[in-house]
Amino acid sequence: MKFLEWLREPWPWYVAGPVIGLTVPLLLLLGNKSFGISSALRHVCAACLPAKIPFFTYDWKKEVWNLFFVGGVLFGGFLAAQYVASPNPVQIHPDLAADLQQYGITNYSNMIPVDVFSWNQLFTIRGLVMMIGGGFLVGFGTRYAGGCTSGHAIMGLSNLQWPSLVATICFMAGGFIMANLMLPYILKL
Amino acid sequence: MSTQVQHKIKSVKPINTDFEVRTQHSMCTNQSELDRPLWTNWKYLLAGILFGIILVKSEVISWFRIQEMFRLQSFHMYGVIGSAVVVGIISVWLIKKFKLKSLEGEEIKIESKHFNKGQVYGGLLFGLGWAITGACPGPLFAQIGTGAAVIIITLLSAIAGTWVYGLVRERLPH
Repeated sequence: MKFLEWLREPWPWYVAGPVIGLTVPLLLLLGNKSFGISSALRHVCAACLPAKIPFFTYDWKKEVWNLFFVGGVLFGGFLAAQYVASPNPVQIHPDLAADLQQYGITNYSNMIPVDVFSWNQLFTIRGLVMMIGGGFLVGFGTRYAGGCTSGHAIMGLSNLQWPSLVATICFMAGGFIMANLMLPYILKL
Repeated sequence: MSTQVQHKIKSVKPINTDFEVRTQHSMCTNQSELDRPLWTNWKYLLAGILFGIILVKSEVISWFRIQEMFRLQSFHMYGVIGSAVVVGIISVWLIKKFKLKSLEGEEIKIESKHFNKGQVYGGLLFGLGWAITGACPGPLFAQIGTGAAVIIITLLSAIAGTWVYGLVRERLPH
């Protein structure tokens, strides 16, 4: 079946990008919701451990749609991996492959490098810095910035909000600094 | 803190830096005033499933794609985000132009984002984390779904980061 084969291939940007963009009007039309994912992390804090911190003392149940949405993202990831996964390893740029090889990253069977992100790497210094440290920065930074790639770069820019443009530029600047200047040292750990 | 300073703080209108949750009187991600029963949220679950499948199939959740983006080795991520924004801009413009209502009959409202320094400092910190983990919050959930169970640890750490931000935010520049 041609269609199923096509589905299994990695989807090009000009298919995926517009569909991601359509999430914005979809959520607005479904129920007046502004697209944003990192808020879900805050709702989890508010639901599980508010600890009388004002930032977490609000009625998170009113925002529960956001938790349904991220639950869906998780399940969607499962469905895609289970039923329409690409049979081939991830294609990567030869320069990146050559560079990563020096750090012992040679396994491209997964979308995340299992040479770094795995249970037995968790208690190495590199694993700790990348999984725990990286995750912490994502959670702290997105909340400090008031949004992530979805809330600022996609939803905010769609609504032509200049503070979201500032945030997006800073996301990219941080990423460039880390990937090019800092990560080479972290990967050596 | 001296009583004088405390008095001064009280007399100044508190600057609300929380632009997201209506319970704190300003911008929120949920503009709907309606209080809907829990089961009505199934449609957001479906929307999330669709979004999750796209994230996986377009390899946006790939750590390698994110590295290529920040090393300018591939156009893919720029194409995805760029075309998503173009489609988003056109959609929001159409919704405003035709004053469309949501399926629940509400007028669609999108709050403006207000600038504060957090977008710079927090943005930079998130950028650093994004390049390490190769994932922003959405892809973290999708990665776990694909079977990368260890990313649960990264997600828990992100939740801890959010919690610590809530704890110290009064002391951070905004």
